[in-house]
Amino acid sequence: MTPRDGKALRAVVLAALILGLIAPIAIGLAQTTRAAFGVMPVLGAITPGLDPWRDLFAIPGLWTSVRMTLWTGLASTLLSLMLAIGFCAVANDRMSHSAAARWLTPFLAAPHAAMAIGLAFVLAPSGWIARLLSPLIGWDRPPDLAIVNDPWGIALILGLMIKEVPFLLLVMLSALTQVPLRQHMAAGRMLGYGRGLVWMKIIAPQVWPLIRLPVMVVLAYAMSTVDMGLILGPSNPPVLAVLLTRLFFDPDVAQILPASSGAILQGLLVALAFLVLRLGEVVCRRVGLWWLRSGGRGSTAEPLLRVATVGVLGLFALGTLAMLSLLVWSLAWRWPWPAPLPQSWSLKPWTSPGAGWGNALGNTLLLAGASTAVSLAMAIAWLEGEDRAQRGRAGWAEALIYLPLLVPQIAFLYGLNVLFLRIGISGGHMAVIWAQALFVFPYVMITLSDPWRALDPRLTRAAASLGAGPWRRLFAVKLPVLLMPILTAAAIGIAVSVAQYLPTLFMGAGRVATLTTEAVTLSSGSDRRVTGVYASLQAGLPLAAYAIAFLIPALLHRNRDALKGASA
Amino acid sequence: MRQTLSAALAAALIATPALADSWQDTLDAAGGQTVYWNAWGGDERTNAFIAWVSEQTTDLYGVSVRQVKLTDTAEAVTRVISEKAAGKDAGGSVDMIWINGPNFLSMKEQGLLHGPFVANLPNSKYLDLSGNSPNSVDFTVPVDGMESPWRLAKFVFNHDSARVETPPASMAGFVDWAADNPGRFTHPDPSNFMGATFLKQALIELTPNAAVLQEPVTDANFDAATAPLWDWYDALRPNLWRGGEAFPENQSVQDRLLNDGEIDIAMSFDPASTAGGIAAGLLPETTRVFVPENGTIGNVSFVAIPYNAANLEGAMVVANFLLAPETQAHMQNIEVLGSYSVLDPAKLDEASRAAFDALPTAPALPELDALGPTLLEPHASWMARLTAEWAERYTK
Repeated sequence: MTPRDGKALRAVVLAALILGLIAPIAIGLAQTTRAAFGVMPVLGAITPGLDPWRDLFAIPGLWTSVRMTLWTGLASTLLSLMLAIGFCAVANDRMSHSAAARWLTPFLAAPHAAMAIGLAFVLAPSGWIARLLSPLIGWDRPPDLAIVNDPWGIALILGLMIKEVPFLLLVMLSALTQVPLRQHMAAGRMLGYGRGLVWMKIIAPQVWPLIRLPVMVVLAYAMSTVDMGLILGPSNPPVLAVLLTRLFFDPDVAQILPASSGAILQGLLVALAFLVLRLGEVVCRRVGLWWLRSGGRGSTAEPLLRVATVGVLGLFALGTLAMLSLLVWSLAWRWPWPAPLPQSWSLKPWTSPGAGWGNALGNTLLLAGASTAVSLAMAIAWLEGEDRAQRGRAGWAEALIYLPLLVPQIAFLYGLNVLFLRIGISGGHMAVIWAQALFVFPYVMITLSDPWRALDPRLTRAAASLGAGPWRRLFAVKLPVLLMPILTAAAIGIAVSVAQYLPTLFMGAGRVATLTTEAVTLSSGSDRRVTGVYASLQAGLPLAAYAIAFLIPALLHRNRDALKGASA
Repeated sequence: MRQTLSAALAAALIATPALADSWQDTLDAAGGQTVYWNAWGGDERTNAFIAWVSEQTTDLYGVSVRQVKLTDTAEAVTRVISEKAAGKDAGGSVDMIWINGPNFLSMKEQGLLHGPFVANLPNSKYLDLSGNSPNSVDFTVPVDGMESPWRLAKFVFNHDSARVETPPASMAGFVDWAADNPGRFTHPDPSNFMGATFLKQALIELTPNAAVLQEPVTDANFDAATAPLWDWYDALRPNLWRGGEAFPENQSVQDRLLNDGEIDIAMSFDPASTAGGIAAGLLPETTRVFVPENGTIGNVSFVAIPYNAANLEGAMVVANFLLAPETQAHMQNIEVLGSYSVLDPAKLDEASRAAFDALPTAPALPELDALGPTLLEPHASWMARLTAEWAERYTK
């Protein structure tokens, strides 16, 4: 293994990353910042100044939007984290990692928009739950209650949690494999601590550093989601990200300037939330140390764990109902209040792909395939570069991978679009694939890293001693052995690509219609049946990808027991 | 530039042989083009109609139409602006826009539109293009041939007659009705076109002197003209759906609320949309249209072509196809779209008129004379000011 060829590979990967990933974000941010301070020559704005900020702060209800963004983001993330930790404590020893992963897959695969559309129907005052309850309570009209789009953001928080808890659970389960759980638990129980206390006092502090970045991703996402905020969030005023998207598309184009200031503000808010998280961490460490040293064993955390378990199961039940309601709507003809099921059924929306979903499905498949293939190639090249250098990953490199997930999309997408227009690829599939890959790559990389590192080094050593060069070792040994995790990473990549709303909307110039952009557009229409078709397809596609990722290795490796499905 | 000049010349001269020649040139150039029609995508029937247009123009002229479904028309305006910003003065991504007043004003003022082109369309001979016709003035802004009409819009309310026996007879009457039926009425968010139209409809009825609304808004005339509106709205709002704290995003979401039984009255800019919604299974069978007795706002929906459209000729061919009597009759068919035709019946020949007369009817489809007088749209500047003031007062 010569360090030389490793170096060349690493240089190529690094150059590709800087040009393909860092540069677009940096240039996009720079463009947005320029506009935020009043410089946008095409609008005739050339004098730098603070006017855009003044206009931004003059928007009625802006501070409510800001407060709402911080509240829904922090609350949904912290609640999700607490529920996930509690559920992990209960479920971890009763469920194998791979079984849990299969269980969580439908929730991970369902795009945010589809989940939100379904949930909006399940929760609404005239929704599924209310329809089921109405004969019992005697409602002849839906109650006039603010449940969805409520001014407190509770529906939005619930929606975010349904998507975030499964993600955090998966991350946590994978982090737990790096903690000597059984020994700690045994030692803790022997010293007289209850199961819950051992989790809080011993396991959680060890797991935290391993899940800090994913938690930050969740936090950044929750604070900047547009599709979920639009469908579930408060409406007057909406959360900041929705407000800004509207400003960017205002008929009065001069609004792009304050919208850009708002995009920078959005970035600062996320940074502030990170700071809050960091402060919380410091406080927890101080208090936690004191708590540990005081050594109290008297209190029991079992009731808390039970609450967390019930909470997680409740979220799963809501999520399942939401997805189911989409499917039922797609098959309905008339489904008026207060019927618990449709009065009449129809396959009409499904049998007319020409009306739009055929084209959207094709686009979605193409974009998902291309952005995942690019991301997977980059990830494999990066990991192989690390192998050849025989080095672990530096902290900055890890941060680099996470960068696109930590910077709010809206802060750089508009600026990036201006750049893409200049080089003449805006509005085409290329631009969308590129923009989507910015978000697909990190997830593929994160998913693939652990199994890649866990590969038994004796295999490649044996291959090397038989005379196989580095490339042959990669293609003949590593990739086939890692087929299962590679396909899993691809499935996650496809799920991420399918779910992308803002990048597709901005870069596609509206011409590249995908299942997600269409579903979100239709969610502002009156026809839940057509929306149901799009959202079902939108959720079904990633699920199919996961199924394929599971089936291919099972078939190909049916006579190789160790490769059939132990990974992921 | 040359194109604009020749179009202007053609418009000025209207010499028939020359027109025919240049139209043949347009048809020749249009063959094989794909027109990206940017149109609000929230209405499946409109989407289906546009798909039908594409089939027809593909067969007739080899021009296919692809709908770019917008959540808000302003998205298309923004796209053209950012293209201009990037110096993309030709080969733009937007070929045609279904456009309304404020967006048209914005694009016209910034020189983002191709034209004038309407007089070059052979089928424009069926249009009443005289000075005060709704085809010539869009929200008091002169059209000047920069956008071509395609469907008629008139503001109407609809109600579920199974729940509401006598709907309010005037805008002022809504206050009492809502007080008797709290939580059963709302309007779309005024940042949306339909919500703003609701406010304008009320303003026209309540303002002391409606003629003022035809002039551009000023600080002085705004306060005087709108004071009664805010008194009325302050009385109405506490009895709206969700206490007037939240509003449906647009008309479609409000229709959904009506279908779900959350509210009893909704509104539309298309008198046929209720019958259409019932036929599509989206509204209760008992939904009916009503209008305040003083009449309602009416206007014409247009299509415009951006100055940098990549498929300019194709867009003109499609705009012309939309004005063909057969197309308009098909569009007015309640089983298709149900939008009223923009053509002048007096300019149609016998056969075309017969096609319109033969169209089917539906119980929820109002007769044209049941719709009351048509009120003029206020100057476009009022709408922006009205929605800004509403946000100022009620968004906290």
